[in-house]
Formats: sequence, structure tokens, C-alpha cells
Amino acid sequence: MNDNRQNYLSAGDTVGSWLLTNDHKRIGILFLCAILFFFVIAAVAAALMRLELLTPQGDLVLSETYNKLFTMHGVLMVWFFLIPSIPNVLGNFLVPLMIGARDLAFPRLNLLSWYLFMIGGFFAIHAIAIGGVDTGWTFYTPYSTAYSNTHVIEMALGIFIAGFGSILTGLNFIITIQKMRAPGLTWFRLPLFIWSIYATSIILVLATPVLAITLALMILERVWGLGIFDPKIGGDPILFQHLFWFYSHPAVYIMILPGLGVISEIIPCFARKKIFGYKFIAFSSVSIALIGFLVWGHHMFVSSQSLYAGMVFSFLSFLVAIPSAIKVFNWTMTLYRGSISLEAPMLYALGFIGLFVVGGLTGLFLASLAVDVHVHGTYFVVAHFHYIMVGGMVTAFMGGLHFWWPKITGRKYPEKLAQLAAIILFIGFNLTFFPQFVLGYLGMPRRVHDYAPEFQIYNVLSTAGASILAIAYLLPLIYLAWSIRHGKIAGPNPWRATGLEWQTASPPPTENFPATPVVVADAYEYPPLDDHGEPT
Amino acid sequence: MTEKNSIVAEQFVDAAQQNEATALGLWTFIATEILFFGGLFLAYAIYRHFYYHEFDLASRRTDLFFGTLNSVILLTSSLTMVLAVQAAKRDQAKMVVRFLSLTIFLGASFLVVKAFEYHKDIADQLVPGEKFNAALPPAAQLFFWLYWAMTGLHAIHILIGMGLLSVMFFLTRRGRISAPHFAPLELTGLYWHFVDIVWLFLYPLLYLVNRHA
Repeated sequence: MNDNRQNYLSAGDTVGSWLLTNDHKRIGILFLCAILFFFVIAAVAAALMRLELLTPQGDLVLSETYNKLFTMHGVLMVWFFLIPSIPNVLGNFLVPLMIGARDLAFPRLNLLSWYLFMIGGFFAIHAIAIGGVDTGWTFYTPYSTAYSNTHVIEMALGIFIAGFGSILTGLNFIITIQKMRAPGLTWFRLPLFIWSIYATSIILVLATPVLAITLALMILERVWGLGIFDPKIGGDPILFQHLFWFYSHPAVYIMILPGLGVISEIIPCFARKKIFGYKFIAFSSVSIALIGFLVWGHHMFVSSQSLYAGMVFSFLSFLVAIPSAIKVFNWTMTLYRGSISLEAPMLYALGFIGLFVVGGLTGLFLASLAVDVHVHGTYFVVAHFHYIMVGGMVTAFMGGLHFWWPKITGRKYPEKLAQLAAIILFIGFNLTFFPQFVLGYLGMPRRVHDYAPEFQIYNVLSTAGASILAIAYLLPLIYLAWSIRHGKIAGPNPWRATGLEWQTASPPPTENFPATPVVVADAYEYPPLDDHGEPT
Repeated sequence: MTEKNSIVAEQFVDAAQQNEATALGLWTFIATEILFFGGLFLAYAIYRHFYYHEFDLASRRTDLFFGTLNSVILLTSSLTMVLAVQAAKRDQAKMVVRFLSLTIFLGASFLVVKAFEYHKDIADQLVPGEKFNAALPPAAQLFFWLYWAMTGLHAIHILIGMGLLSVMFFLTRRGRISAPHFAPLELTGLYWHFVDIVWLFLYPLLYLVNRHA
């Protein structure tokens, strides 16, 4: 496309060459298009909610519509944007490139993942189009099984199907990383992005089946009255919550671990320094994934769960803070005395660290039993998880997208505009979600479309922030699309970064590397810069 | 045909890497399956603990004869499956085909027996709901919901297994499964054993516990 050489983009330009491709890079692009589509729809739902909340009265939408809006926002953002965002787009594109392989272990399975994702997405969108769902993304029983009159079955079926796509993706990554690393690429020479994708895959593979069976039982209860959660015959609706969160808390780490991996790639590159504490960062990813399986009860402190169980879950939740903090400290130490330059990916990465710290520390408030009783079900919770998922994951996704954009397209994005977008994002994000901490602490419940008048000022601030945030997301959409044709030719390694993906052409040829690369050094061997900013 | 066997998919360096990768892939898949069934086993454990007496009464209503017969059938099918893989290792294609068809036959027999059993269960009013057997306490319905869900899900896995076995059957007949290249058959066998093992947990939980008293 950019020059006359064959690359994965020029390998075919028919619709069939894309829809039937087995190339991990093309499948990554397919996922990128799909998740952007779902992101836009879910973002529109968020915009409508923020508009409704401008005034204390419910004057834009009915309460029923509002319920459907936050359900739609939650379901699409969680399962059809965040979970596949970094793993399925950047992971698909980068895992084989970073480990020096020709493709993933099971390329056809990889394409199947995309189709399962799209079929699931079709069900979800269809459920929304014919009237929506009002249960919230959590589908709590008995409301979802016995009372809701909305299209619960179809929505849950969509998630169920997309879930199998997730499982296959996780399986593919695990096997590929385990078995297909280039000669010399030992575990402790792997880029940290690979470690985080590996940890994420473990969660995808072990947690998603539990969601599948839970949703299946919920659907069967709605259809045939199969009463596993039905209190009328002695079933326990709380069991649904346990099963749901056994998946959905680890799923929170599916939605942040890959982001942590992206940041570990960007920071050393733009600080021109070897990452500090490689093994600590690597093992912190794995320990977050493992401890993440044992903390689901902190979503249920007020659900009649035993106090002792609550104390154990609280303790374990505090424990997760340790590996998370290790990462932040190690990134900071990497920056210390580095030759820092502030290109857009680095701005996103630095913004990420700030937002992730706020999101993480407020998580500790929520992990404390007594504080949680006060702020449970309020905007405090909403603000906390948006700091992690939007402030964290989406910012990391944007950073990663900019960082690897030259590799993916062969073109550079306009740097100044991108830096501007990164700064606008940081400002817009904080303005949107910081007031929600205050709102929650003052007692405004989440999931309501009208509220007491004294909360209005914070809601107006939040809505104003959301409109700034919208600009920060629209801007890259425009200039990235522009750069595909008009950006400067990037060359194989515009960032002078280490890592195998930068040693092949941009965009890479279909077979990735002309010959299997041999790795002889650790990751992130950045030479120090001389007085002219050139590597010594 | 034998040449086609030796082709390694282009993403792999060599056949050894390909075999290791596919084997690890199937083991990982089985791990996901265990978690998939895990939700049901957890529900069983919890409700058995909550409603010990009701589960006691309900579990006596399952049909021990059909259940035992099916355990024998399924265990035998695992044996014929192993024999099929052994025959493939020795490159005895005819024996592979014979043992595979026997395995498929036993799988089908399992489903037929299960169908008779379901028929009897329905006649005995063991389907929870408004028509549920009045002699049993309400919470016994939980036992039977789990019974239907667990055996139903297991039967679906038997069907999938039989599908895979049929594919292997045709591949073997076309000479695509032979001495050094029997990995797909071995993996199918692994899956079949997994389905068998799930039954080995279902059988005592649904049929045997409390029967001794």
C-alpha cells in the first residue's frame, strides 16, 4: 500500500480476502472495526444519560428508558468493547509479532472467535433495537428471571455466544505464547505486554465458562422455569450473584491487565531506559490474575453474605492492591533519570498512571467493609470503576493504538493533534468522573434518572466533562482515519523501540518475518542517549 | 495421501511443535469445560447442604438400573476408544475403524438408554413445575432441576463427541490417520474420556448417594 512491497494489507483487497482471512493481523483489524462500532453505540447511550442528568427532574427520557440506556451502555462497553479491546485488537496483531511467530497457533479458531463475537454482537444489538433490556449489565435474579418484561433472553444469548469467542481467543494466546516463541526468547525475555496478555488469557479461559453456565441457567429459568435460582422452590438468587461475580470480578482484570501491559511497553520506550524490576512486573500480572479469582465477594458485602466471608473477601481485595502498586512504582522508577520525551503514546501512558492510581486507591475505600456499606450502590462506585476501565483501559488502548499505529498502517499519525487529544482526554475524563466521587459520597444513588436538586452542580460538571471527553475520542477517530492515506511513511521502527515487532517492515508482510528471528538479549535494552538525543 | 499427513500447518516450525500445541490446546479446552460444568456442581453441593433431607428423598427416585447400565456402557466405550488409539499407533487402520464404530455405537446406546430413562422420569412426574410429583417436598425440585440440567448438558457433550468420532472414522477410512499422524485421534479420545469422567461424577451424585440406607 505504502510502497511496492507485499505486506499484509496489500495481500488482497476483496471483501472475501478480509472476511475469510486467517492472518492474525487482519483479524486484529476486523476486531478493531467491530469494537469501534459497539463503542460508538454505547457512547451514545452514555451521552443520553449524561444529558438526562443535567437537570434533577427526569425530563429527557422516562425512567424505563433510562434503565435500558444504562443496561445497553454496560453490556456493550463491557463485553463488546472493553474485554476485546486490547486483547483482540492489539493482542491479535502483536502477540505473534512480539514472539517472532508466523501466526497464532490456531488461525482458523482465531477467525471463528471473530465470527462468534459478531454473532453475539448481532443478538445484543437486535435485543436493543427491538426494545432493549432493563436489568443492568449484571442480570441479577430474580428480577431478570421472573419480573423484567424486556428482551433479557436475547441479550444474554448474545453475551453467551460472544463468551465462547473470548474463550477461544484466550486459549489461542496461551498456546501460542507457551509453544511458539522464537529461538532464544525465554520467558524472562518476553515483552511485558506478552506477560499481561498471558495472565489475561488465563482469566478468559477459566472465568468465562462460569459466566456461560450462569447465563445459560438464567436463560433456562426464564424460558422453562428451571429454578436453580428460584426462591419459590428453595433456590437462592444470591447464588446467581456468586456465580456472576466469580466471572465478572476476574473480568475486571481482563479489562485492565492488557492495559497495564501496554503501559509497560510505552514507558521504557519514551524514557529510553530498561524497565525497572522486570520480574516484579511480570509476576505482578500473574498474581493479579490469580488473586483476582478470590475477591468476587466484595461486590456482595450488603447482600446478606456472612460477615466472616466479607472480612476474608475484604482482606483479599486489599491484597490485589500490592501487585498493582508494584507496577506503578516500577514505572515511576523507570521514568527516574530517563530521557523522557512526550510524544502522544507517552502522554497517554502518563495520564494512565495518574488515573489508574486514583481508580486503584478508591478501590481500597470500597474494599473496606464499613465504607462500602456507606457508598455501595452510589456514584462513588461508578466513578471508581470508570477510573479503572475508562481512565485506565481506554486510555491505555488509545496509547497503544497510537504507539503501534505506524506498525499497523505503515503511516505516522499527526503528532501535535495526537498530543492535544491526549491532554484533552485527561482533562475531560477527570472533569466527568471526579465529581461523581463527591456525588457518591454525598449519597446520590447510581441508576436513577432524577435526583435531589443539591446534586445538580456536580452533575452539570460531569456532563460538561463528558462533552470534552467526547472531543478527545472523536479527534483521534478523525486524524487516525486521515493518516491511513495521508500520514508520513513511518518506516519499520519510528520510535527506535526494542522488541521483535519493530524489526520487521511496517506494515508487516503476511508471513511477519522473512526468516524466524533469533533473540539474544533481554527486552527493553534501550541504550542511553548522547547529548544530541541519539542512541550511543 | 500419506504425504498430505506430513504437512505441518504454516504457522508451526515442525510437526513436534504442532502436536505439542494442539495437545496443550485440548487440555486447556478441557479446563474450560470443567469450569463450565463447575457451576452446576457448585449448585449441587450448596443445595445438597441446604436441603439434605429433600435431596435424600429425591435421589432415591432416579433409576438405578438405567444409570448403572449407562455407566457400564460409557466405561466400555472409553476402553474401545483407547484400543482405537492403540491400533492407530500400530498403524492398523482396519482395527481403528472397527474400534471407532464400536465407540460410536456405545455412545449412541448411552443416549438410547438415557432416552428410555427420561421417558420413565417424565411418567414418574419427576419434571419440576406444577405437575411435579406431589409425594416429594418442594425443594426436591431443585434436585431434579439439577438432574435434568446436568444430564442434559452431558448428553449434549456425548453428541458432540460422537460427531468428532464420526469425523475420525471417515478420516481413518481415507487413510488420513495412520502411524505417526494419529494426534487428532488421540485428542478426540482425550475429549471422549473427559465426557466419560464427567459421567463418573454425575453417576454417584445423582444415583448412588443415600441409596445404601
